[in-house]
Amino acid sequence: MIRFLIRRILLGIFVLFGVSLITFLIARVIPSEPAARWIGPRATAEQIAAAKVELGLNQPLFMQYINYIKGLFTGDWGVSITSHQPVLKELLIFLPSSLEIILGGMLIALIVGIPLGVLTAVYKETWIDHLSRGISIGGVSIPAFWLAMILQLIFYQYLGWFPLGERVSTETALLYPIETITGSNLIDSAVQGNWVYFSDALNHSILPMLTMAAFPLGVVTRMTRSSMLEVVGEEYMRVTKAFGFSSGVRTFKYALKNAMGPTITSLGLTFAYALTTTFLIESVFTWPGLGLYTSNAILSSDYPVIMGVTIFVTAAYLIVNLLVDITLAILDPRIKVNVE
Amino acid sequence: MDLKTNITPPPSMEKIGSKSTLSNSAFLAEIRYFFKMNKLAFLGFIIIVTLILLALLAPLIIPYPNDVALETHVENKLQPPSADHWFGTDELGRDLFSRVIYGTRVSFQIGLIAIGLAVLIGIPLGLIAGYFGRWVDEVIMRISDVFLSFPPLLLSIAIAALLGPSLTNLMIAISISWWPWYTRLIRGQVVSLRERGFVEAAQAMGVPSWKVIARHILPNSMAPVIVQISMDFGSIILTAASLSFLGLGAQPPLPEWGLLINIGRNFFLTNWWYVTFPGLFIFISVMAFNLFGDGLRDYLDPKTRDS
Amino acid sequence: MDVLLDMKNVKVDIKTRSGTFAALDLEHLWINRGETVALVGETGSGKSMTASAIMKLFPTNKAKITNGEILFEGQDLVSWSERKMEKVRGKSMTMIFQDPMSSLNPVFPIGEPMVRMICKHLGVGKKEAKKTAIEALSFVGLPDPKGMMKRYPHELSGGQRQRVMISMAMACKPKLLIADEPTTALDVTIQLQILYLINQMKEKQGTSILFITHNLSVVSHIADRIAIMYGGRIIETGRTKEVFRSPRHPYTKMLIDAIPSVTNDRERLPVIEGMIDRSIEGCPFANRCPKARRECSTQGMPKLEGSSQDHMAACFFPLEEVPALV
Repeated sequence: MIRFLIRRILLGIFVLFGVSLITFLIARVIPSEPAARWIGPRATAEQIAAAKVELGLNQPLFMQYINYIKGLFTGDWGVSITSHQPVLKELLIFLPSSLEIILGGMLIALIVGIPLGVLTAVYKETWIDHLSRGISIGGVSIPAFWLAMILQLIFYQYLGWFPLGERVSTETALLYPIETITGSNLIDSAVQGNWVYFSDALNHSILPMLTMAAFPLGVVTRMTRSSMLEVVGEEYMRVTKAFGFSSGVRTFKYALKNAMGPTITSLGLTFAYALTTTFLIESVFTWPGLGLYTSNAILSSDYPVIMGVTIFVTAAYLIVNLLVDITLAILDPRIKVNVE
Repeated sequence: MDLKTNITPPPSMEKIGSKSTLSNSAFLAEIRYFFKMNKLAFLGFIIIVTLILLALLAPLIIPYPNDVALETHVENKLQPPSADHWFGTDELGRDLFSRVIYGTRVSFQIGLIAIGLAVLIGIPLGLIAGYFGRWVDEVIMRISDVFLSFPPLLLSIAIAALLGPSLTNLMIAISISWWPWYTRLIRGQVVSLRERGFVEAAQAMGVPSWKVIARHILPNSMAPVIVQISMDFGSIILTAASLSFLGLGAQPPLPEWGLLINIGRNFFLTNWWYVTFPGLFIFISVMAFNLFGDGLRDYLDPKTRDS
Repeated sequence: MDVLLDMKNVKVDIKTRSGTFAALDLEHLWINRGETVALVGETGSGKSMTASAIMKLFPTNKAKITNGEILFEGQDLVSWSERKMEKVRGKSMTMIFQDPMSSLNPVFPIGEPMVRMICKHLGVGKKEAKKTAIEALSFVGLPDPKGMMKRYPHELSGGQRQRVMISMAMACKPKLLIADEPTTALDVTIQLQILYLINQMKEKQGTSILFITHNLSVVSHIADRIAIMYGGRIIETGRTKEVFRSPRHPYTKMLIDAIPSVTNDRERLPVIEGMIDRSIEGCPFANRCPKARRECSTQGMPKLEGSSQDHMAACFFPLEEVPALV
């Protein structure tokens, strides 16, 4: 197990080096002059030359990369061109609110998707099966940014059930302020017992969470269904039946645990997907998170931010996949043997 | 995003390689059997064919061909759907039906070019890696591993964002993040083919390696590539639309679906039709390819085949 | 003798893409209390289907009992609901399977399903069930039964896993054990130990055993009676000694002649040519039978007949009875 972990971590570091090299090279291919952008539209030649020295752009490419890597390890991820703030600091500020809707969405997906996938496998070829197949295909096919707007149209414009965007309404924030602890409004307000704030924040996060849930829901339903179908056909499930266990126990106790592997594996991918989905939907919901930060950076060609986000998200993806593998190893006793 | 390839690298692909040896009528019977067993895949196929026809014939069938470009009829702006304008009109009074239908052509073009580029990069690298093996293989495959370690969509976004917004850069960005899938696929094919008798025989007779690759290995590994393309196409359309939505791909006045939604977001709350129809077209196209790809995967997977 | 299980005219059909297929057409099979009956036949002869029919545990949901009765302790199981069946499976009747490698759930420790099953069937608490499970594990000769409860299937060998299966099967002291080729997947040395254990179950608990095998030589040691199956039908049945001494059906005779033997000095073992052909009307063995006449495939199916229930065969032209040596 330990050896397996070390191998995975080394591999992850290798991949991160590669990722940093790729983003670095692409960023340096940009035709426009980063130093000029740093100063602003009315930059003089001297100012640009000075900015080049300041940003280290006058050094050879190889040295620039070495400096860049050094910076990545020491927490110096560059400075945003537009806000002139350190990229890493801003990333960490915006992360919690994104995680809030990502995890909320994934939770919805798990709570709905797993039972749906199980039921589908048990009641194959019935309307439940058709419904969940529809959901699983639809969930992975629907463009998230479009779904976000359709939800806004229905639930804000026509039904008026949920607010259009933002994390919390201004009045609530002013009248019932909370202190920032984790950065997640839901957790912070709950911890402080500020239920007015909590319910307002929850109300605001429903539509973003539902949007985030679509893709993971599709994946989880489909994975659970197909692996359940496979497990149900295994000989040991027939044996379980031969010993008189009821179909409920067989399905939810004995089959499900075997079938969870692929579902858990897919969570790594869906998490990464959700991170990039924030780029598309946070601007729709004016949700101040990683995604809104990134899409603004894209619009203003803020390349240090784009590079920083790319590396940050890829690192997060690698870490989540590592956690997924550890979970699988805990769940399935055979894996511990196989990785040796 | 690219669910199929990420979660289950297609190990069963080899099967289709042998399919090409089927006689014509047996091949047709096999296709009929495939669609009979996979009604949803058939539905997907029908939608795909319809969309391709729309894309090809778009200039002929759209009611207001001039609205595809910059022509404006401000007096007609933001009209709801009507007999004249099935999908309503946009903020410049242009017919959205014409623009959305024309968008099919745009999206399919983007998809074809992007995937074509990815295949052009991916296949030669896969052939080289698989055929020469050893350190060449090792280097190429490790590089493609790094590309595959990016979360899907992220690399395309990063490249497009760093290159600057344009349609060309969008297609370059997509193909740069997609080629490793084809390299992997082809490499696997080549490695398994290399051991087969006819390749070994050609080598033994002293045929130069490029000839062996071109004559024997490449034709025999094309079938899985085509299958993979048909499964990837939906994801590529969605990626392209997402990038355009972020302002990274198509630029106005091109009626690209993602871009239409990007512009429409300023108006959609009071003019529901503006984003609804372009989005519906993205949704339906992506779903059609996913349905078709799913059926194909089930069919190729020996485990689910006879169940 | 007291009959435990009595199957009469049981038919099982399987729906396939190309139509309905008569998988089983069982005229008569019965098992007395405390008796071992061996069901012998080649692959596809319907012996596993018979086991599935008794437990109503078909490998596919496309198989269905369409006719006949299966009396277990006098009650007809055919009409029983799934819920009612769940109460007898594992308790009164139980089954062990051919491949011990795939019979145990890989992600649960051995003891988990055992304890759960004992709790369910015997209505005892967890502690009590654990004790019973450990007893069962030590009965089958597994080392460190207490530690065994916490071990996972992949840590055990094939023979050990089959012992676990047997201990699970016997834990609730069932009346009937169906052993579906329990030794086929195991090494020869381990086969004998498993056979011994199954026999122990009969002797210590009075369990009746339906032993399914394609290996006739195994049968002669453990079975009180045997039934030979061919093409989904029983073609000969009787006391083991009787059948071996004087087989009436040509197929049975050919099977017995094909047993390798130390005392026999034949150069080559005889081979039964051909394959089971299910499309034949009339006697299913007609196409391979050296003694077949034209009538065999035109008169319909032969019925099981004999002077007594101790020995019957389904053949239009049975072999002459060999006189007993007195």
